[in-house]
Amino acid sequence: MTYSLQLSVIAPTEEVWSVTQLTSAVKRLVEGELMPLWIRGEVVGLKAWSSGHWYFGLRDRSSQVRCCMWGRYAQLAGEPPKDGTEVFVLGKPGIYEAKGEFQLNVTRMIPTAAIGAAQRELERVKELLQREGLFDHSRKRPLPALASSVAVVTSTAGAALRDVITVVGKRWPCCRVVVVNARVQGDGAVHALVRALRLVNRIPGIEICIVGRGGGGREDLAAFNSEAVCRALAAVRVPTISAVGHETDISLTDLVADLRAPTPSAAAEMAVADRREVSRQVDDLAARLAGGLGNRTRLAAERLARTADRLHASIEAVLRRERHRADRLAGQLDALSPLRILGRGYAVPVGPDGHVLKRRAEFAPGALFRLRVADGDVAARVESP
Amino acid sequence: MSIAKDLSRLEEIVRKLEADDVELDAALALFEEGVSRLRAAREHLAAAEVKVQTVLEEAGGDLRLSDLDG
Repeated sequence: MTYSLQLSVIAPTEEVWSVTQLTSAVKRLVEGELMPLWIRGEVVGLKAWSSGHWYFGLRDRSSQVRCCMWGRYAQLAGEPPKDGTEVFVLGKPGIYEAKGEFQLNVTRMIPTAAIGAAQRELERVKELLQREGLFDHSRKRPLPALASSVAVVTSTAGAALRDVITVVGKRWPCCRVVVVNARVQGDGAVHALVRALRLVNRIPGIEICIVGRGGGGREDLAAFNSEAVCRALAAVRVPTISAVGHETDISLTDLVADLRAPTPSAAAEMAVADRREVSRQVDDLAARLAGGLGNRTRLAAERLARTADRLHASIEAVLRRERHRADRLAGQLDALSPLRILGRGYAVPVGPDGHVLKRRAEFAPGALFRLRVADGDVAARVESP
Repeated sequence: MSIAKDLSRLEEIVRKLEADDVELDAALALFEEGVSRLRAAREHLAAAEVKVQTVLEEAGGDLRLSDLDG
Protein backbone atom coordinates (compact mmCIF):
# COMPACT_ATOMS: atom_id res chain seq x y z
CA MET A 1 0.00 0.00 0.00
CA THR A 2 1.94 2.95 -1.29
CA TYR A 3 -0.75 5.40 -0.04
CA SER A 4 -0.37 4.33 3.49
CA LEU A 5 3.35 4.93 3.23
CA GLN A 6 2.81 8.47 1.96
CA LEU A 7 0.09 9.15 4.47
CA SER A 8 2.35 8.05 7.22
CA VAL A 9 4.60 11.03 6.42
CA ILE A 10 1.86 13.32 7.68
CA ALA A 11 1.10 12.79 11.28
CA PRO A 12 -2.67 12.45 11.87
CA THR A 13 -2.57 15.32 14.32
CA GLU A 14 -1.00 17.76 11.85
CA GLU A 15 -3.14 20.43 10.22
CA VAL A 16 -3.53 20.60 6.46
CA TRP A 17 -4.01 24.07 4.98
CA SER A 18 -6.20 24.96 2.07
CA VAL A 19 -4.75 27.17 -0.68
CA THR A 20 -7.04 29.94 0.43
CA GLN A 21 -5.75 29.69 4.00
CA LEU A 22 -2.22 29.97 2.66
CA THR A 23 -2.84 32.97 0.42
CA SER A 24 -4.85 34.66 3.17
CA ALA A 25 -2.04 34.14 5.65
CA VAL A 26 0.55 35.53 3.25
CA LYS A 27 -1.75 38.43 2.42
CA ARG A 28 -2.13 39.22 6.11
CA LEU A 29 1.61 39.08 6.57
CA VAL A 30 2.45 41.30 3.61
CA GLU A 31 -0.39 43.77 3.91
CA GLY A 32 -0.17 43.98 7.66
CA GLU A 33 3.53 44.67 7.57
CA LEU A 34 3.97 47.09 4.70
CA MET A 35 2.31 50.51 4.63
CA PRO A 36 1.96 52.50 1.39
CA LEU A 37 5.39 53.41 0.00
CA TRP A 38 6.84 55.63 -2.65
CA ILE A 39 8.74 53.56 -5.20
CA ARG A 40 10.81 54.75 -8.12
CA GLY A 41 10.94 52.66 -11.29
CA GLU A 42 10.35 52.37 -15.02
CA VAL A 43 6.90 51.66 -16.36
CA VAL A 44 6.69 48.62 -18.59
CA GLY A 45 3.80 47.08 -20.54
CA LEU A 46 1.06 49.40 -19.37
CA LYS A 47 -2.45 48.37 -20.35
CA ALA A 48 -5.26 50.87 -19.82
CA TRP A 49 -8.58 49.00 -19.66
CA SER A 50 -11.89 50.46 -20.77
CA SER A 51 -12.96 50.27 -17.11
CA GLY A 52 -10.27 52.89 -16.47
CA HIS A 53 -7.96 50.55 -14.54
CA TRP A 54 -4.28 50.40 -15.46
CA TYR A 55 -2.13 47.29 -15.22
CA PHE A 56 1.61 47.58 -15.69
CA GLY A 57 4.98 46.46 -14.50
CA LEU A 58 7.46 48.57 -12.61
CA ARG A 59 11.10 47.61 -12.94
CA ASP A 60 14.64 48.59 -12.23
CA ARG A 61 17.83 46.81 -13.36
CA SER A 62 17.29 43.58 -11.56
CA SER A 63 13.68 43.35 -10.39
CA GLN A 64 10.13 43.88 -11.49
CA VAL A 65 6.78 44.07 -9.70
CA ARG A 66 3.25 43.82 -11.06
CA CYS A 67 1.21 46.94 -10.49
CA CYS A 68 -2.48 47.68 -10.59
CA MET A 69 -4.00 51.17 -10.48
CA TRP A 70 -7.75 51.51 -10.11
CA GLY A 71 -9.67 53.79 -12.46
CA ARG A 72 -10.37 56.51 -9.92
CA TYR A 73 -6.63 56.87 -9.21
CA ALA A 74 -5.54 56.40 -12.85
CA GLN A 75 -7.89 59.22 -13.79
CA LEU A 76 -5.92 61.67 -11.65
CA ALA A 77 -2.59 60.60 -13.16
CA GLY A 78 -3.39 61.99 -16.62
CA GLU A 79 -2.23 60.27 -19.80
CA PRO A 80 -0.84 56.73 -19.42
CA PRO A 81 2.95 56.92 -19.57
CA LYS A 82 4.89 55.24 -22.39
CA ASP A 83 7.10 52.22 -21.78
CA GLY A 84 10.36 53.18 -20.17
CA THR A 85 9.07 56.36 -18.49
CA GLU A 86 10.63 56.80 -15.12
CA VAL A 87 8.00 57.46 -12.44
CA PHE A 88 7.39 57.70 -8.74
CA VAL A 89 4.44 55.61 -7.62
CA LEU A 90 2.73 55.51 -4.26
CA GLY A 91 1.57 51.96 -3.68
CA LYS A 92 0.67 49.43 -1.05
CA PRO A 93 2.14 45.96 -1.48
CA GLY A 94 -0.54 43.29 -1.56
CA ILE A 95 -1.40 39.75 -2.55
CA TYR A 96 -3.95 39.08 -5.28
CA GLU A 97 -5.39 35.92 -3.78
CA ALA A 98 -7.24 34.66 -6.88
CA LYS A 99 -3.91 34.18 -8.62
CA GLY A 100 -1.61 33.97 -5.64
CA GLU A 101 0.30 36.89 -7.05
CA PHE A 102 2.25 39.63 -5.32
CA GLN A 103 1.31 43.05 -6.65
CA LEU A 104 1.56 46.73 -5.88
CA ASN A 105 -1.76 48.60 -5.56
CA VAL A 106 -0.85 52.02 -6.89
CA THR A 107 -2.79 55.12 -5.93
CA ARG A 108 -0.54 57.84 -7.36
CA MET A 109 1.90 58.09 -10.23
CA ILE A 110 4.09 61.05 -11.12
CA PRO A 111 6.73 61.08 -13.86
CA THR A 112 10.05 61.97 -12.22
CA ALA A 113 10.57 64.61 -14.91
CA ALA A 114 7.38 66.39 -13.82
CA ILE A 115 8.61 66.50 -10.24
CA GLY A 116 11.82 68.07 -11.42
CA ALA A 117 9.98 70.74 -13.38
CA ALA A 118 7.52 71.40 -10.53
CA GLN A 119 10.39 71.65 -8.08
CA ARG A 120 12.20 74.19 -10.25
CA GLU A 121 9.03 76.28 -10.63
CA LEU A 122 8.46 76.14 -6.84
CA GLU A 123 12.00 77.36 -6.20
CA ARG A 124 11.58 80.20 -8.70
CA VAL A 125 8.32 81.45 -7.15
CA LYS A 126 9.62 81.05 -3.63
CA GLU A 127 12.73 83.09 -4.34
CA LEU A 128 10.76 85.79 -6.15
CA LEU A 129 8.17 86.22 -3.39
CA GLN A 130 10.81 86.14 -0.72
CA ARG A 131 12.73 88.90 -2.46
CA GLU A 132 9.54 90.95 -2.66
CA GLY A 133 9.06 90.53 1.08
CA LEU A 134 5.80 88.59 0.92
CA PHE A 135 7.03 86.16 3.57
CA ASP A 136 8.33 88.89 5.89
CA HIS A 137 7.42 88.62 9.52
CA SER A 138 6.66 92.34 9.60
CA ARG A 139 3.75 91.74 7.20
CA LYS A 140 2.04 89.32 9.59
CA ARG A 141 -1.14 90.67 11.08
CA PRO A 142 -2.60 89.44 14.38
CA LEU A 143 -5.98 87.72 14.29
CA PRO A 144 -8.90 89.62 15.86
CA ALA A 145 -9.66 88.21 19.29
CA LEU A 146 -13.38 87.55 18.90
CA ALA A 147 -14.05 87.22 15.20
CA SER A 148 -17.70 86.70 14.41
CA SER A 149 -17.43 86.35 10.65
CA VAL A 150 -14.98 84.01 8.93
CA ALA A 151 -14.55 83.33 5.21
CA VAL A 152 -13.38 79.89 4.11
CA VAL A 153 -11.91 79.50 0.65
CA THR A 154 -12.00 75.82 -0.22
CA SER A 155 -13.91 73.24 -2.19
CA THR A 156 -17.48 72.75 -0.97
CA ALA A 157 -16.98 69.10 -1.90
CA GLY A 158 -13.94 68.63 0.33
CA ALA A 159 -13.55 67.45 3.91
CA ALA A 160 -11.83 70.71 4.89
CA LEU A 161 -15.08 72.68 4.90
CA ARG A 162 -16.89 70.13 7.02
CA ASP A 163 -14.02 70.13 9.52
CA VAL A 164 -14.02 73.92 9.78
CA ILE A 165 -17.79 74.11 10.28
CA THR A 166 -17.68 71.37 12.93
CA VAL A 167 -14.94 73.06 14.92
CA VAL A 168 -16.47 76.53 14.66
CA GLY A 169 -19.88 75.11 15.61
CA LYS A 170 -18.41 73.52 18.71
CA ARG A 171 -16.26 76.42 19.86
CA TRP A 172 -17.99 79.58 18.71
CA PRO A 173 -21.52 78.97 17.42
CA CYS A 174 -22.32 82.68 17.30
CA CYS A 175 -20.01 82.87 14.30
CA ARG A 176 -20.91 83.25 10.65
CA VAL A 177 -18.94 81.12 8.20
CA VAL A 178 -19.01 82.27 4.59
CA VAL A 179 -17.87 79.59 2.18
CA VAL A 180 -16.25 80.72 -1.04
CA ASN A 181 -16.15 77.67 -3.23
CA ALA A 182 -13.03 77.02 -5.31
CA ARG A 183 -11.40 74.05 -6.96
CA VAL A 184 -8.32 73.25 -4.94
CA GLN A 185 -6.59 70.80 -7.27
CA GLY A 186 -6.23 69.98 -10.93
CA ASP A 187 -6.88 72.18 -13.94
CA GLY A 188 -8.38 75.54 -13.16
CA ALA A 189 -7.57 75.39 -9.44
CA VAL A 190 -5.20 78.36 -9.61
CA HIS A 191 -7.74 80.49 -11.43
CA ALA A 192 -10.55 79.44 -9.09
CA LEU A 193 -8.52 80.15 -5.94
CA VAL A 194 -7.43 83.57 -7.18
CA ARG A 195 -11.01 84.47 -8.01
CA ALA A 196 -12.27 83.25 -4.66
CA LEU A 197 -9.62 85.16 -2.71
CA ARG A 198 -10.50 88.36 -4.55
CA LEU A 199 -14.15 87.74 -3.79
CA VAL A 200 -13.37 87.59 -0.05
CA ASN A 201 -12.36 91.26 -0.14
CA ARG A 202 -15.83 92.16 -1.34
CA ILE A 203 -17.87 90.28 1.29
CA PRO A 204 -18.98 92.75 3.99
CA GLY A 205 -18.05 92.07 7.60
CA ILE A 206 -15.46 89.35 7.07
CA GLU A 207 -12.79 89.42 9.81
CA ILE A 208 -10.61 86.37 9.03
CA CYS A 209 -10.00 84.36 5.86
CA ILE A 210 -9.06 80.67 5.96
CA VAL A 211 -7.78 79.17 2.72
CA GLY A 212 -7.08 75.49 2.49
CA ARG A 213 -7.93 71.91 1.74
CA GLY A 214 -7.70 68.52 3.32
CA GLY A 215 -4.56 66.42 3.12
CA GLY A 216 -3.19 65.65 -0.31
CA GLY A 217 -0.10 64.55 -2.12
CA ARG A 218 2.67 66.86 -3.02
CA GLU A 219 1.52 67.68 -6.54
CA ASP A 220 -2.08 68.04 -5.38
CA LEU A 221 -0.93 71.09 -3.49
CA ALA A 222 0.52 72.68 -6.62
CA ALA A 223 -2.15 75.40 -6.72
CA PHE A 224 -1.12 76.50 -3.22
CA ASN A 225 2.41 77.02 -4.48
CA SER A 226 1.41 79.10 -7.47
CA GLU A 227 2.56 82.66 -7.75
CA ALA A 228 -0.90 83.96 -8.64
CA VAL A 229 -2.57 82.35 -5.62
CA CYS A 230 0.17 83.60 -3.30
CA ARG A 231 -0.25 87.15 -4.58
CA ALA A 232 -4.04 86.99 -4.28
CA LEU A 233 -3.66 85.73 -0.72
CA ALA A 234 -1.27 88.56 0.14
CA ALA A 235 -3.88 91.01 -1.17
CA VAL A 236 -6.64 89.77 1.13
CA ARG A 237 -7.55 92.68 3.39
CA VAL A 238 -8.22 90.69 6.57
CA PRO A 239 -5.82 88.39 8.44
CA THR A 240 -5.39 85.04 6.69
CA ILE A 241 -4.73 81.46 7.75
CA SER A 242 -3.34 78.91 5.31
CA ALA A 243 -4.42 75.34 6.07
CA VAL A 244 -3.31 73.05 3.34
CA GLY A 245 -3.59 69.92 5.39
CA HIS A 246 -0.13 68.52 4.94
CA GLU A 247 2.00 68.25 8.03
CA THR A 248 5.30 67.56 6.32
CA ASP A 249 5.27 69.86 3.31
CA ILE A 250 4.97 73.58 3.61
CA SER A 251 3.18 75.27 0.77
CA LEU A 252 4.00 78.81 -0.30
CA THR A 253 0.57 80.01 0.85
CA ASP A 254 1.66 78.87 4.34
CA LEU A 255 4.52 81.35 4.10
CA VAL A 256 2.41 84.20 2.71
CA ALA A 257 -0.54 83.84 5.09
CA ASP A 258 -0.50 85.60 8.45
CA LEU A 259 -0.73 82.21 10.15
CA ARG A 260 -0.15 78.64 9.12
CA ALA A 261 -2.29 75.82 10.42
CA PRO A 262 -1.43 72.15 10.00
CA THR A 263 -5.03 71.26 9.16
CA PRO A 264 -8.31 73.05 8.41
CA SER A 265 -9.61 72.02 11.85
CA ALA A 266 -6.58 73.62 13.46
CA ALA A 267 -7.16 76.75 11.38
CA ALA A 268 -10.73 76.95 12.67
CA GLU A 269 -9.46 76.62 16.24
CA MET A 270 -7.07 79.50 15.72
CA ALA A 271 -9.73 81.63 14.04
CA VAL A 272 -12.45 81.55 16.66
CA ALA A 273 -12.60 81.86 20.43
CA ASP A 274 -13.94 79.21 22.77
CA ARG A 275 -17.42 80.06 23.97
CA ARG A 276 -16.84 78.55 27.41
CA GLU A 277 -13.76 80.69 27.96
CA VAL A 278 -15.51 83.86 26.81
CA SER A 279 -18.53 83.03 29.00
CA ARG A 280 -16.22 82.85 32.00
CA GLN A 281 -14.77 86.20 31.01
CA VAL A 282 -18.29 87.66 30.74
CA ASP A 283 -19.22 86.28 34.17
CA ASP A 284 -16.10 87.83 35.61
CA LEU A 285 -16.94 91.20 34.06
CA ALA A 286 -20.50 90.93 35.39
CA ALA A 287 -19.18 90.38 38.91
CA ARG A 288 -16.76 93.28 38.61
CA LEU A 289 -19.51 95.51 37.21
CA ALA A 290 -21.73 94.81 40.21
CA GLY A 291 -18.78 95.21 42.58
CA GLY A 292 -17.77 98.42 40.85
CA LEU A 293 -21.17 100.00 41.41
CA GLY A 294 -21.22 98.77 45.01
CA ASN A 295 -17.86 100.41 45.46
CA ARG A 296 -19.20 103.64 43.94
CA THR A 297 -22.28 103.70 46.18
CA ARG A 298 -20.19 102.99 49.27
CA LEU A 299 -17.85 105.82 48.35
CA ALA A 300 -20.81 108.08 47.68
CA ALA A 301 -22.33 107.24 51.07
CA GLU A 302 -19.05 108.00 52.79
CA ARG A 303 -18.80 111.26 50.95
CA LEU A 304 -22.38 112.12 51.87
CA ALA A 305 -21.60 111.49 55.54
CA ARG A 306 -18.55 113.69 55.29
CA THR A 307 -20.64 116.37 53.61
CA ALA A 308 -23.25 116.21 56.38
CA ASP A 309 -20.52 116.68 58.96
CA ARG A 310 -19.19 119.66 57.11
CA LEU A 311 -22.70 121.05 56.73
CA HIS A 312 -23.29 120.70 60.44
CA ALA A 313 -20.00 122.40 61.20
CA SER A 314 -20.73 125.26 58.84
CA ILE A 315 -24.21 125.82 60.33
CA GLU A 316 -22.66 126.04 63.77
CA ALA A 317 -20.21 128.58 62.46
CA VAL A 318 -23.06 130.61 61.03
CA LEU A 319 -24.95 130.43 64.29
CA ARG A 320 -21.89 131.48 66.22
CA ARG A 321 -21.33 134.36 63.89
CA GLU A 322 -24.99 135.45 64.17
CA ARG A 323 -24.92 135.25 67.93
CA HIS A 324 -21.82 137.36 68.00
CA ARG A 325 -23.45 139.90 65.73
CA ALA A 326 -26.56 139.95 67.87
CA ASP A 327 -24.41 140.66 70.91
CA ARG A 328 -22.71 143.48 69.11
CA LEU A 329 -26.03 144.95 67.99
CA ALA A 330 -27.35 144.64 71.50
CA GLY A 331 -24.37 146.68 72.70
CA GLN A 332 -25.11 149.38 70.15
CA LEU A 333 -28.77 149.38 71.13
CA ASP A 334 -27.74 149.88 74.71
CA ALA A 335 -25.63 152.87 73.78
CA LEU A 336 -28.63 154.45 72.08
CA SER A 337 -30.99 153.79 74.98
CA PRO A 338 -32.59 157.05 76.36
CA LEU A 339 -31.64 155.95 79.84
CA ARG A 340 -28.01 156.40 78.81
CA ILE A 341 -28.81 160.02 77.85
CA LEU A 342 -30.12 160.63 81.33
CA GLY A 343 -26.68 159.67 82.52
CA ARG A 344 -25.33 162.73 80.84
CA GLY A 345 -27.62 165.00 83.02
CA TYR A 346 -30.83 165.13 81.05
CA ALA A 347 -34.15 164.51 82.86
CA VAL A 348 -37.48 163.33 81.45
CA PRO A 349 -40.82 164.68 82.84
CA VAL A 350 -43.48 162.01 83.07
CA GLY A 351 -47.17 162.61 83.75
CA PRO A 352 -49.17 160.67 86.40
CA ASP A 353 -50.25 158.24 83.65
CA GLY A 354 -46.61 157.55 82.74
CA HIS A 355 -46.86 159.74 79.63
CA VAL A 356 -43.81 161.76 78.69
CA LEU A 357 -44.61 165.47 78.84
CA LYS A 358 -43.14 167.19 75.83
CA ARG A 359 -45.09 170.48 75.34
CA ARG A 360 -45.92 173.62 77.47
CA ALA A 361 -49.63 172.82 77.21
CA GLU A 362 -49.08 169.59 79.09
CA PHE A 363 -47.81 171.49 82.12
CA ALA A 364 -50.92 172.98 83.90
CA PRO A 365 -49.96 175.33 86.83
CA GLY A 366 -49.93 173.46 90.11
CA ALA A 367 -49.92 170.03 88.29
CA LEU A 368 -47.88 167.29 89.83
CA PHE A 369 -45.52 165.18 87.70
CA ARG A 370 -42.35 163.17 88.10
CA LEU A 371 -38.89 163.84 86.75
CA ARG A 372 -36.99 160.77 85.70
CA VAL A 373 -33.24 161.11 86.13
CA ALA A 374 -30.38 158.73 85.71
CA ASP A 375 -30.77 156.86 89.01
CA GLY A 376 -34.57 157.11 89.55
CA ASP A 377 -37.24 159.79 89.64
CA VAL A 378 -38.30 162.70 91.84
CA ALA A 379 -41.72 164.37 92.47
CA ALA A 380 -42.16 167.85 90.92
CA ARG A 381 -44.90 170.61 90.61
CA VAL A 382 -45.52 173.21 87.95
CA GLU A 383 -45.20 176.65 89.62
CA SER A 384 -46.43 178.82 86.80
CA PRO A 385 -47.15 178.32 83.12
CA MET B 1 -22.66 95.71 17.51
CA SER B 2 -20.16 92.90 17.73
CA ILE B 3 -19.43 90.96 20.89
CA ALA B 4 -15.81 92.09 20.66
CA LYS B 5 -16.92 95.71 20.93
CA ASP B 6 -19.41 94.91 23.70
CA LEU B 7 -16.76 93.20 25.77
CA SER B 8 -14.06 95.81 25.31
CA ARG B 9 -16.53 98.57 26.24
CA LEU B 10 -17.63 96.52 29.24
CA GLU B 11 -14.01 96.18 30.32
CA GLU B 12 -13.61 99.95 30.05
CA ILE B 13 -16.79 100.58 32.09
CA VAL B 14 -15.69 98.20 34.83
CA ARG B 15 -12.28 99.84 35.04
CA LYS B 16 -13.89 103.27 35.34
CA LEU B 17 -16.25 102.08 38.06
CA GLU B 18 -13.40 100.48 39.94
CA ALA B 19 -11.46 103.74 39.89
CA ASP B 20 -12.61 106.29 42.51
CA ASP B 21 -12.98 109.37 40.39
CA VAL B 22 -16.46 108.92 38.88
CA GLU B 23 -19.40 110.92 40.20
CA LEU B 24 -22.34 108.83 41.33
CA ASP B 25 -24.60 110.03 38.50
CA ALA B 26 -21.98 109.07 35.93
CA ALA B 27 -21.36 105.78 37.72
CA LEU B 28 -25.06 104.90 37.55
CA ALA B 29 -25.16 105.71 33.84
CA LEU B 30 -22.06 103.57 33.26
CA PHE B 31 -23.56 100.75 35.27
CA GLU B 32 -26.74 100.87 33.22
CA GLU B 33 -24.79 100.77 29.98
CA GLY B 34 -22.67 97.93 31.36
CA VAL B 35 -25.76 95.88 32.11
CA SER B 36 -27.10 96.30 28.59
CA ARG B 37 -23.71 95.41 27.07
CA LEU B 38 -23.58 92.38 29.31
CA ARG B 39 -27.02 91.30 28.18
CA ALA B 40 -26.06 91.73 24.51
CA ALA B 41 -22.88 89.69 24.98
CA ARG B 42 -24.75 86.89 26.74
CA GLU B 43 -27.41 86.79 24.04
CA HIS B 44 -24.65 86.63 21.46
CA LEU B 45 -22.98 83.74 23.23
CA ALA B 46 -26.25 81.86 23.47
CA ALA B 47 -26.48 81.45 19.67
CA ALA B 48 -27.34 77.83 19.11
CA GLU B 49 -25.86 77.12 15.73
CA VAL B 50 -23.16 78.44 13.48
CA LYS B 51 -24.55 80.24 10.46
CA VAL B 52 -23.08 78.94 7.22
CA GLN B 53 -23.44 80.98 4.08
CA THR B 54 -22.10 80.63 0.60
CA VAL B 55 -21.29 83.43 -1.75
CA LEU B 56 -21.80 83.57 -5.48
CA GLU B 57 -20.84 86.21 -7.97
CA GLU B 58 -23.67 86.97 -10.31
CA ALA B 59 -23.28 87.76 -13.99
CA GLY B 60 -23.42 91.51 -13.33
CA GLY B 61 -20.63 91.21 -10.76
CA ASP B 62 -22.92 91.54 -7.73
CA LEU B 63 -22.39 89.22 -4.80
CA ARG B 64 -25.17 87.01 -3.56
CA LEU B 65 -24.96 85.43 -0.11
CA SER B 66 -27.21 82.49 0.62
CA ASP B 67 -27.56 80.13 3.56
CA LEU B 68 -25.95 76.76 3.19
CA ASP B 69 -27.56 73.84 4.96
CA GLY B 70 -25.53 71.20 6.70
